[in-house]
Amino acid sequence: MPGFDNARQFPQSIEDLDFSDIEEKYKVPFEEGFDTVIVVDNAPTVDESKKDKLLKFIKKIFKNAGNIKDIDMPMDPDPKTETLTSKGFLFIEFETPEQAAMAIKQYDGYPMDKTHHLAVNRFTDIEKYSQIEEEYKEPEEEKFVEKEHLRSWLTDPQARDQFVLYRGDDVSIFWNKKTEPPEEVHKRIVSIYHVISEFSLSKLSIYFILQNWTETYVQWSPLGTYLATFHRQGIALWGGPSWNKIIRFVHSGVKLIDFSPNEKYLVTWSNEPITLGPNGGAGTPFGPEDEGRQIIIWDVHGGNLLRSFPSSTLSSDGTPNKITWPMFKWSPSDKYFARVTQGQQGQQGQQALSVYETPSMGLVGNKSIKIEGLVDFEWAPASDKEKEKDKHSEEKKQKEELLSYWTPEIGNQPARVTLLNIPSKEIVRTRNLVNVTDSKMHWQSNGDFLCVKVDRHTKTKKSTFSNLEIFRVREKDIPVEVIEVKDVVIAFAWEPKGERFAIITTSDPNYGQPTQGGVTLKTSVSFYYLEKPKPGKGDSVGTANFKLIKTLEKKTSNAIYWSPQGRHVILATLRSATTFDLEFWDLDFETTLDQKEFAKTDPAACLQLMSTQEHYGVTDVEWDPTGRYVITSSSFWRHSIENGYILWDFKGTQLQKHLLDKFKQLLWRPRPKSLLTSEQKKAIKKNLREYSKEFGKKDEEEESTLSEEQIKHRRRLMEEWNAWRKRVEKELSEERENAGIVSPPRRDDDTIEVIEEWIEEVVEETEEIIDD
Amino acid sequence: MRPILLQGHTRSLTQIKYNREGDLLFSVSKDQVVNVWYSHNGERLGTYNGHVGAIWTVDVNSTSTLLLTGSADNTAKLWEVQTGKCLHTWEFKTAVKRVAFSEDDAMALAVTEQRMGYPGTIVILSIKNDLEAEQSDEPINIVYPKGSKAMAAEWGYLNKYIITGHEDGSVAQYDWKAGDQIKSVKAHNAEITDLQMSEDRTYFITASKDKSAQIFESNTLNHLKKYMTDAPLNSAAITPIQDFVILGGGQDAMQVTTTTMRQGKFECRFYHKILEDVEVGRVKGHFGPINTIAVHPDGKSFSSGGEDGYVRVHHFDEDYFKFKYPELH
Repeated sequence: MPGFDNARQFPQSIEDLDFSDIEEKYKVPFEEGFDTVIVVDNAPTVDESKKDKLLKFIKKIFKNAGNIKDIDMPMDPDPKTETLTSKGFLFIEFETPEQAAMAIKQYDGYPMDKTHHLAVNRFTDIEKYSQIEEEYKEPEEEKFVEKEHLRSWLTDPQARDQFVLYRGDDVSIFWNKKTEPPEEVHKRIVSIYHVISEFSLSKLSIYFILQNWTETYVQWSPLGTYLATFHRQGIALWGGPSWNKIIRFVHSGVKLIDFSPNEKYLVTWSNEPITLGPNGGAGTPFGPEDEGRQIIIWDVHGGNLLRSFPSSTLSSDGTPNKITWPMFKWSPSDKYFARVTQGQQGQQGQQALSVYETPSMGLVGNKSIKIEGLVDFEWAPASDKEKEKDKHSEEKKQKEELLSYWTPEIGNQPARVTLLNIPSKEIVRTRNLVNVTDSKMHWQSNGDFLCVKVDRHTKTKKSTFSNLEIFRVREKDIPVEVIEVKDVVIAFAWEPKGERFAIITTSDPNYGQPTQGGVTLKTSVSFYYLEKPKPGKGDSVGTANFKLIKTLEKKTSNAIYWSPQGRHVILATLRSATTFDLEFWDLDFETTLDQKEFAKTDPAACLQLMSTQEHYGVTDVEWDPTGRYVITSSSFWRHSIENGYILWDFKGTQLQKHLLDKFKQLLWRPRPKSLLTSEQKKAIKKNLREYSKEFGKKDEEEESTLSEEQIKHRRRLMEEWNAWRKRVEKELSEERENAGIVSPPRRDDDTIEVIEEWIEEVVEETEEIIDD
Repeated sequence: MRPILLQGHTRSLTQIKYNREGDLLFSVSKDQVVNVWYSHNGERLGTYNGHVGAIWTVDVNSTSTLLLTGSADNTAKLWEVQTGKCLHTWEFKTAVKRVAFSEDDAMALAVTEQRMGYPGTIVILSIKNDLEAEQSDEPINIVYPKGSKAMAAEWGYLNKYIITGHEDGSVAQYDWKAGDQIKSVKAHNAEITDLQMSEDRTYFITASKDKSAQIFESNTLNHLKKYMTDAPLNSAAITPIQDFVILGGGQDAMQVTTTTMRQGKFECRFYHKILEDVEVGRVKGHFGPINTIAVHPDGKSFSSGGEDGYVRVHHFDEDYFKFKYPELH
């Protein structure tokens, strides 16, 4: 047998065996690093005689950090005195790296005496820095890569709008083509590249497809530059004409995001606290200070992490707060962001408003503003004028920004709405309110008005009603007007950029009750406007008040959707099980001259219902950013019946309807503010007739070419079919002849034989004998 | 025109069939009754009683003398149309899901269910068209479909082959003499619920639970047309005269109680046969899924039978016959 031939040569005992190879393999590596060693610099220089005294003293200091294993102070002979003197530094070795770290933290910069401030460093750091080359090397300049034009979609010659559609696992971006089916710009499914020709478009359109483009939902940035998609690992932003990934933000398990109004910053929230992992956050943007935090603020352009925050602190009773999003609210200029913090844990009435500044990410004035009972706050939006000014003047003057907040009744103190300037923290206006159950603040889009919708209860707390407290922010001393509404206001909306608003009220007894089987509330809708100021005494302009235009009774509407351009409004009945009404209203309906006169006395004359429509199963209403079109959709996220969307024009005419299985989300791409001045806009409006002629012509041309294409395609289909039929029929008759079976005669209407059968039936026969 | 409502069944309809002249309409239902109606006025002519299980299928021969039915009582019965007399009963191991006379009436096929360990089969029966003759119990052949079980089957012209639609969505051609599969194509993503031949049997339409209907060429099984809808389909028919197809279906019967009528999509949809994506119109009326659709052989009316137990007979208006795509002619 092989292997046992030289059995005698086998080692006799264990000791004779050579284990060295195995030992080598399984050797436990000893601590080789110098993590436990620190270097203490700036120590006094001493000679041999004082060495022990100094070491004793040093030991005494560092004893507090941990157990000192070894201490060593190198001594060199002094060239002058030829005695050994220390060089002003010494090494201390601790038992564990943690102790060493503690020593560095505690004693770096420790004042030993007046002249000696100890500098304590890790030994490995000293080594690392000493190895840096002396000579300065110019860092290699990164090659400039031109970025794509991120706003290319605005240069569309027809000024069409884009929207993103999320359906099943596909995310696609489309051009809105009015009555034509929307043109697909991009779609993503597994990275296969397709070139398809669409007969109706008369041109090739190329699209890229990638499945699972997003894992939860998609979101546009507020100016439409980026499309944000959610992934397990973080957020990705896409954009430009090629729809390439622009930037990624690593945040594991991210659930919610919020852009700052000017797209400079991005806030992300994840339900999973940040963990650094085994390699201490290497390869991630996180540092040790980020550990355990859930909110991150990013710089959108550079992709850098600016600051992380712990999630909202515990509420007064110690339970984790429900996440309210956006957690941070941004001031319109991106300069400040703020949130409500709950102060010390478990203490009531310790709420504070924490306002942070960009780009330093520090608290304004280094501390939060303590506001007892603070519930909610809102920033005042910037007016168009201010925005324009900002654009033209480059001066970086510290500008005050306004915010409003409210506090409920606490003890004897009434509820209060306060307007506050930031960063001066100056209170501009306060207003006290009583019997408040809840309140909600609505800023008009220009920041001209603030309406505080106050839900109040009667003294017996049995019934509730609403007050609208309207602050006229632009006027001197900020006057407040109160509109008392007898019923509960369930929805409020300002006309964008306008002086009108709409409210929905209900006195339905079912309100506030847990709805059973989707009871549709009876509601009324009221429109209000700001009347022209009456000339006051002397030069002063008299006060103008908000007046009711009209109340529409017996409605079921529960949501108000103003067109982004104002004037048009949709009253919708959403999320009801039985009613799906959509009403399209015009508030400036053009009337004849007679009526114009009349309109001066009757504000309701210009209010016109343009159309009443129904969209079965409607869940969402989305105006396009220009106010020309509106899309109502039925999302798979809410229910699975008739998912899809309908495109309407502002008048309420249905342009197209698409039923899509598993339709989830549709979002119009927002547009940034127009670069035109208000004068230029006016000029365009004046010449609208000219423009509309031109565009109308183009539309017609396109339509005719499109339908021609379609006719051609259909003709082709017909011809193909007829040719195929001819061939098949010929084959069939041949086969039949061969088989000797004559094809059954074709029925012909003329050969039909109509058989009429007359049946006479004797129903009754009676014989009567008439006597003479 | 107002549809005629035929109220003669107490349970859901399973199949309806016109005779060759179109003057009679036969309907079968789960209530174990076969009804025959005058198609022009909806008057009931009579019933054929004898089955003791839900009846799944019916067919009538070209001379309107013989009626063949298949039932869940594991039998197929041959009836004299005129008298309602049961002429013969074939017994099988499982339910009979589909019957069809051959073009020359000399044969019929019966599709049996795959159940209780018995494989699904297609039994080819020989039929004597003489009313007095004794029918043979012995089948000509039994075809065992490959793979998935057959849901529907029809004869090709000149009895060249039989076409089957399967549970896995495939369509196959079988040589009924040898019992071999000639070819098979994967047509649908879900079970095929109906398969109806064109008038000359050169092409056929399939309806499927995958919400689509498709037209295939019989000889080659080449795919010709596809019609996409938004509801599972139970039946599809081809109309003579006009180039249309009629599709019917709706949400599954078991889900109907939890959804409203509107969601169920219980409508007959008309699509243009050649243009595919052009939906011409819809006919509402049933308040349950539509289980079966049949078109009058002269194309002047059609009928639908629903889960709701009603048969609705629709006579087309004048406008229907005038309908034309002006740009195509």
